[in-house]
This record gives sequence, structure tokens and C-alpha cells, in this order.
Amino acid sequence: MADLITEPNLADVDGFYERLIAAHAGLDDDASRQLNAKLILLLANHIGDNAILDTALKLARRARDGSD
Amino acid sequence: MVSSYTHPRYAAAVPPELSDGSVRRVPVVIVGGGPVGLAAAGEFARLGRETVLLDEDDTVSTGSRAICWAKRSLEVFDRIGVADRMVDKGVVWKLGRLFHRDREVYNFDLLPEDGHKMPAFINLQQYYVEDYLVDAVTALGKTDMRWKNRAINLEVLRDGAARLTVVTPHGQYAIEAEVVLAADGVRSPIRTSLGLDFEGKVFEDRFLIADVRMKADFPSERWFWFEPPFHSGQSVLLHKQPDDVYRIDFQLGWDADPEHEKKPEVVIPRLKQMLGEGVAFDLEWVSVYTFTCRRMARFRHGPVFFVGDSAHVVSPFGARGGNGGIQDIDDLCWKVDRVLKGETPAALLDTYDDERIPAADENILNSTRSTDFMTPKSQASADFREAALEMAADLPFARRIVNSGRLSMPHTYRVTPLNTSDDEVWAGGPAPGAPALDAPVLAKSAPWLLNHLGHRLVALHFTEHASAVEPFAIDGVETVVVARQGQASRATTLIDPDGTVFRRYAAHDGTVYLIRPDQHVAARFGTASMAAVERARDRALGLVHDQQPRRAAGA
Repeated sequence: MADLITEPNLADVDGFYERLIAAHAGLDDDASRQLNAKLILLLANHIGDNAILDTALKLARRARDGSD
Repeated sequence: MVSSYTHPRYAAAVPPELSDGSVRRVPVVIVGGGPVGLAAAGEFARLGRETVLLDEDDTVSTGSRAICWAKRSLEVFDRIGVADRMVDKGVVWKLGRLFHRDREVYNFDLLPEDGHKMPAFINLQQYYVEDYLVDAVTALGKTDMRWKNRAINLEVLRDGAARLTVVTPHGQYAIEAEVVLAADGVRSPIRTSLGLDFEGKVFEDRFLIADVRMKADFPSERWFWFEPPFHSGQSVLLHKQPDDVYRIDFQLGWDADPEHEKKPEVVIPRLKQMLGEGVAFDLEWVSVYTFTCRRMARFRHGPVFFVGDSAHVVSPFGARGGNGGIQDIDDLCWKVDRVLKGETPAALLDTYDDERIPAADENILNSTRSTDFMTPKSQASADFREAALEMAADLPFARRIVNSGRLSMPHTYRVTPLNTSDDEVWAGGPAPGAPALDAPVLAKSAPWLLNHLGHRLVALHFTEHASAVEPFAIDGVETVVVARQGQASRATTLIDPDGTVFRRYAAHDGTVYLIRPDQHVAARFGTASMAAVERARDRALGLVHDQQPRRAAGA
């Protein structure tokens, strides 16, 4: 699990979530998917640590029953 | 529909105005005998002030309506003297459990800390709350309760007072008041008669509320489902109330027809899908509501103060409606009392807007965000919600994103002219504007700190040993000493044997907190001087308006 933080780490998470959803306002589904893709690339570059990113990829890919 | 509760009928006497034809002028009229109006009457009575309360009916609420009472409201109810009865009857809960589709995702504890007199939440039907408040207010003997008195109009007179027109079964009369509290609900006739309205959002979603009486073994917890198998694609909330009554809220969607959805032949199959065919239940109350998050631009209009639903409405997930209203009167009553006594300038009343508008905005913001999470308005919003719910079972950060209602917390009045800013960095404790924190104490009377605060200004003076301090003698402020050691030999000496009060207030020997009559912190000093406390007192009462500390003249 390297050093990916999975405990709460974001101050005012409700405020961030609101802005995240608002960023999608008025976009069609394609534009919305593109926004998310750009966002992931921006944040990955900012994190800049492949071990952390690999852990995140693995967790995000994991099925909801907890299996890999 | 059956009811587990028998509604009292209160005697509606002929008002004196109708027997002698006079127009009286009284200091305070409260319009509306719901929980907020009745709590105001109780708080005024505790402050020693007589009021006239007008209510259009002669009984308590029909249907259970507001059911979740938060810790801060219970603390206000405790000042009035009804909290013990409420807690005894109510269902105490602090655990919330969250489900997504067919599985439990996580649960959360609302009050992980012991050593508070009041629980995090109780569930109690609104009719019980009103019933107990009527009993308490009647026993206090300060309130002229006028049942079947419907205020239909209000005009502001040239001298600044208000004149109300009141309709009763015996005829119509007028009464004048220096101050009117409009606690007359979301459709407030007083608001309408002043030509005022709400501003803000109506959300395109509807919910069905069903109160169901049944023998079931659901625990005393708040259960929330996103997209449960028994109510496809929507949300459902379950809450336990006293008398084997359960509150169940079903999200219906905007297209639902409210009149159709309320019919028992529609409601009962929905409930059977949820509860299973074998569970016997009776419908106690059914209603359909539309989400709204709106408020008036200002809550004070001359002599008229809007409190509770007449001033602001929120969606119900978070219990911020009834509890927000109780906090309104918590903030307002002592100010009205002081100004009417002539002790402070009338400008103190403007701080009701300064303090309660940001509080209403906080409630509306939280309520809006919960509503948006429950009813995603775009595919992206639905995707993020799905992602958060999927991860929430395993990854703690995702639990914080899931929003099934952010439950009512008391507002901290961060920006108010009544606060004195900290002049040092504090490691904790309630900041100026925050409500005082409860803790157990040893005392001659009540063993809880909050029972020693309220209804007057208190300087809470911390000291190592009860006999080692000379309590401040400050005009208009009662000093209550909190000591780690010694004897509670005086009514105003409290002993803190295990240091809980010191810890919760980040206090040391010599610390002083100045606490307002509504139990909110006005100022605090790591090491206090009498002069500094006196200046903070003047600011807390609205006697001075500067935000900068200044030297007392001639001190």
C-alpha cells in the first residue's frame, strides 16, 4: 500500500465535492469524461510518485467485493 | 390512520380585549405555539419576562413532524426545564448506519466523548415536545397563552411598535407589542402581511414521510440507504421514535404526484416491500414534501423578529429545521429581555441578524450539499457518488465524502460585534462565539457545568484550589469558580476532580471565560484582569462596538 493516504486528508471535503460537481455543470457526457481525464493527469503529475499512483490504480480497479 | 398519542385540548378563554374592548400594549407577543414559539415563551419566563403567546389551534402538532433533537437544543430545553422529561421519553441514539444497495457500507458515532449531560440526539415526536413545553410554560406562570387566537395581520406603528390583528372564535381584536416573535411557520402570515418572502432554491425532488407503528427490532440508530433493493434507485431513511413508532422517508423523485403518493393503498405496498409481508404495522401519519433551502433576506424587521421556519427552511436530512429554530430563540430572547429592560441600547437586537443569518446560511449550505448528493443532477455527479459509495466500505477517506445529511451542530458566531477576539493563541477550548462545552462537576446543586451557566453573564474563573482565589466582583457578571481541588462550599464554586473542565476549556490557573446568557463564549483570557473582563462584558452586551481591545477610560 506504499504511502497512499486513504484516511481522511482533505479539509472541508464537502466544499471540494461541491466544487468538483459544479465544474461539470453544463457539460455533456463526453466533455465531462474529458474533464475527469484531465483532472486525473493533472493530479498524477502533481503527486509525482509512481509507487503511490500504482497503489491508487490498484485500489480504484478493485471490485466492490474487495477482490483484485 | 391510528395514533398512539392523545392530543390535549387547551382551554381557549375569552381574551380581555374582547370583554372590555381595549387595545393593550405589551412588551412581547409570540405568534405561534410550535416548538420554537413555546421554547421562546419558556426562555423568556426563565429570564423573568412575561409574554403573550398566540396560537391558532388549541392543541399540539398533528403528526410527529420534527423528530430529531440535537444536543444543543436539548441544552436549551434543559435551561427551560423540559430536557429531562424529553430525554426520558425520547429514543436516545448516536449511531448512524449507512447502506448502499444490499450491503452496509459503514457506521458512525456522533458523540464519541462521554461526560456530557445531554446525548448527541434524541428522537421525539414534535407533539410530545410541544406538550411538555406547554406544561413547563404553564407552570412557570409568566405566559398568557391564548389558544384559538390566530394573528392575521401585523402593521408597524409610527412609534416603532407592532399592532397585531387577532381572530378568535369569540371575535376579532387588536393588540400592540414592543417586540413580536413571528414563530408562525413556513407559511408565516406575519411575513406575508409585511409583504416579505423567502429567497433561495427549491430542489426538484420529493420525499414521502411515513410514520409507522409496529413491533420491530430495529435498533435505536439512524439507518440510511442509497438505492436499496426495496426502493429501486432512490434513497430511504429509517428512524426510531418512542411508542414503537418508526419514521421512514422515501425519496420519490420530482415526477411523483404528492396526492397520489399519500394514499394508503400506495404507501402500504411501499412499506411492505421494505419491511416484508409478514410485518404488521399501522400508518400513523403520512406526508409528502418538496426539498427547499431558503431564507428571508433579513430576520429582523423593526419590532418583528422571524424565528424558525418563518425565517428559513432547509431539507430535513440533518435535522437542521427544528434545531435551527431553537438556536434562533436561544440567541434572541436574552437580547430582547435586556433591551426591553433598558439595560442596553436597541442596537443589540440587530446582532440577531449578525449571528443567526450566518447560522441559517451554514444550515442551508449543509442541507443543499446533502440534497445534491442524494439527488445527483448530472451523470458526473452520479458517477462520483457511486465511486464514493463503492470505496466507502474499505477506504475511510471515502466515508467522509458520502453525504446522507450533515447532522445539526450548533453554529459558532465567529463574526459578531459581541465577541472579544483572543489576544493569544489557544491550544483548544471553545473560541469566542462557540457554545460553552458541558462537563461533569462537583457542586452544591447540579453536577453539570452547563447547568451553572445561562440566563446571565458568567465569568468562569479557573483556579487550582477553590480557596486560593478571590473571585472577580464585576458589576453585571456572576463569577463561577472552577477549581481542581477544594470544596464546593458556595453555590458558585465547582470542583473539577478529574480535570475534564480544565481540559475541555484548555484552561490553567487564572483562565477566565466570559459566557453569555445563551451559554455562548463572548471572550476568554489565559490570564485575566478585571478591566479586560469588564471591557468584554460591555462588548458582549452591545455597549461598545469596537473590535479592537482598548483601555477602559480612567482605569
